Amino acid sequence: MKPFTVLTGIAAPMDRANVDTDMIIPKQFLKSIKRSGFGPNLFDELRYVDEGQPGRDNSKRPLNPEFPLNFARYKNASVLLARENFGCGSSREHAPWALEDYGFRCVIAPSYADIFFNNCFKNGILPIVLSAEIVDKLFKEMYAQEGYQLTIDLPTQKVRTPSGEEFTFEVGEFSKYCLINGLDDIGLTLKDADAITTFEQQWQQRAPWLFNPLQ
Amino acid sequence: MAGKTLYDKLWDAHLVKMRDDGTALIYIDRQLLHEVTSPQAFEGLRLAGRKPWRIDANIATPDHNVPSAVTERKAGIAGIADEVSRIQVQTLDENCDDFGIKEFKINDVNQGIVHVIGPEQGLTLPGMTIVCGDSHTATHGALGALAHGIGTSEVEHVLATQCLIQKKSKNFLVKINGKLGAGVTPKDVVLAVIGQIGTAGGNGCAIEFGGEVMRAMSMEGRMTVCNMAIEAGARVGMVAVDDITLDYVKGRPYAPKGEQWEQAVAYWKTLHSDADAQFDRVVEIDGASIQPQVSWGTSPEMVVSIDANVPNPADFTDIGKRRAAERALEYMGLTAGQPITSIQLDRVFIGSCTNSRIEDLRAAAAVVKGKKVAATITQALVVPGSGQVKAQAEKEGLDKIFIDAGLEWREPSCSMCLAMNADKLLPGEHCAATSNRNFEGRQGFGGRTHLVSPAMAAAAAIAGHFVDIREVMQ
Repeated sequence: MKPFTVLTGIAAPMDRANVDTDMIIPKQFLKSIKRSGFGPNLFDELRYVDEGQPGRDNSKRPLNPEFPLNFARYKNASVLLARENFGCGSSREHAPWALEDYGFRCVIAPSYADIFFNNCFKNGILPIVLSAEIVDKLFKEMYAQEGYQLTIDLPTQKVRTPSGEEFTFEVGEFSKYCLINGLDDIGLTLKDADAITTFEQQWQQRAPWLFNPLQ
Repeated sequence: MAGKTLYDKLWDAHLVKMRDDGTALIYIDRQLLHEVTSPQAFEGLRLAGRKPWRIDANIATPDHNVPSAVTERKAGIAGIADEVSRIQVQTLDENCDDFGIKEFKINDVNQGIVHVIGPEQGLTLPGMTIVCGDSHTATHGALGALAHGIGTSEVEHVLATQCLIQKKSKNFLVKINGKLGAGVTPKDVVLAVIGQIGTAGGNGCAIEFGGEVMRAMSMEGRMTVCNMAIEAGARVGMVAVDDITLDYVKGRPYAPKGEQWEQAVAYWKTLHSDADAQFDRVVEIDGASIQPQVSWGTSPEMVVSIDANVPNPADFTDIGKRRAAERALEYMGLTAGQPITSIQLDRVFIGSCTNSRIEDLRAAAAVVKGKKVAATITQALVVPGSGQVKAQAEKEGLDKIFIDAGLEWREPSCSMCLAMNADKLLPGEHCAATSNRNFEGRQGFGGRTHLVSPAMAAAAAIAGHFVDIREVMQ
């Protein structure tokens, strides 16, 4: 996982509430057995006019001229501004994989669906929660100013606008630690292998029917 | 000290360790695996040189990409026409074989949608913690289990450590009081709940469904309700254990037997919220007030009763909701104020982890028996949730009833719920679906989904448009 410390990048809009993970990456792309290569199909049904299929050359497909990510001004964006309940629906981790592969390292929204929120941290993406008022203000500033960039400082937990205004955000201590250090949490959990084994032995005594062989 | 909720009890029983940062390690009793969200997890294990912590905690089956068409299916994996789908199903077999994980393969009679086969086989049991790389894992909470939908990194984490890193959720009680009216089903109950609390209403919460309606409901009905907890934003849906639960579990192939059964039952009987348990939030709904539901928009919260009209966006005071409604009507090709019963349908889909169990198929068959699908319906699919459901339905002659009425009787798979196999809507087509999501493009690019109960879908297949099931029943 790529470490995340301080990021300065162009902000782009996904200006609607309840954006579901089917919208972020449609199901036909979930057939891949890889973790990478989903970026060209991020928001596929909104981004292109036709229906996308795995293995197609996306560079030849007709773009939807009304979709903001197709605007020159949002090229190379790395911060996604979004609305309430972003990432609802399916648990597909292909959603953060697609965001990350496209180039987004941070999402800012008033709220997220729980599973998506968790999945982001496992993939080097920082999902920031700011109040609906602040998010709305950022949207307005972004629309008003081409090339609008935000600075995301994870160690100090601040979002900085071009005018120097700062907003503090909350982030779980463990998630922050893993993100800053680019750490795989399996290795960290396995440091507690003894505690897991002890628990497992006690649990097996109490609920032996859960440990019957399946074969 | 206040009593504990069901969620508190399940959490406490599986808590391995609270960590200094406020997260917890929760022990996982059962992981369900399918072909879509597992390949990258197995690959991760291999790259790191790790082995599964406890192989017998895992059970796998392919479901999302598996063809429902009878002829394709007969050829097994080789019959999957789409090469990318075929590789994915093949990869699941290879991974399970490599790691020694039990799998019900494509044409095993026990194969089916993971959330159907878990309870059916006794592989998911009361009191268990259950995970699966699929958001509809909440289904298994119907048995009084703690079941979470997870992402692929977490699938790998559970494979490697038998634990999930979690923050405890809030306790949310949804109480359905009284009795349901005739023709009102568990699907209508959960759609009405989502309509009331909204698609983000349960974010950060574990929902326990209680009240007289839930107590009287069958296990399969409870599964339908818990299945859609995620559509209300909650990763977890649950129902307390009672005699209905125990009767359901008893005698299932992987359920405990003999002395172990007695021991398990003694524990399972404690799996309910204490009378003095504290919930962070409680919503009460009068069961008698719930009507048959139909979704009109592109979010499961966009539902109304069958006798209502398509809402007017101008009536939403919240600006965000108004814009969402405008966009939904445009996508759905509907007009504000149009009666729900005037929506003409092109296809009907009876199936999915929400509504593909035997009771669902019986309810649908009862409606279409001796009738014919409307000439304007291009296709009406019935896709049983598992090989066992299919066998039972055929034993009861339901397949014949469906076929005689002009519906197609298919092989178990997720099918048109998410259109990863060949079953999909064409742009602009309206579908009466017993599945769980009406998102844009969910059932096919440009497709328009209306979520309903199996009986309502069946009645719509006959009429060609939505009808009030209560009138059909008279």
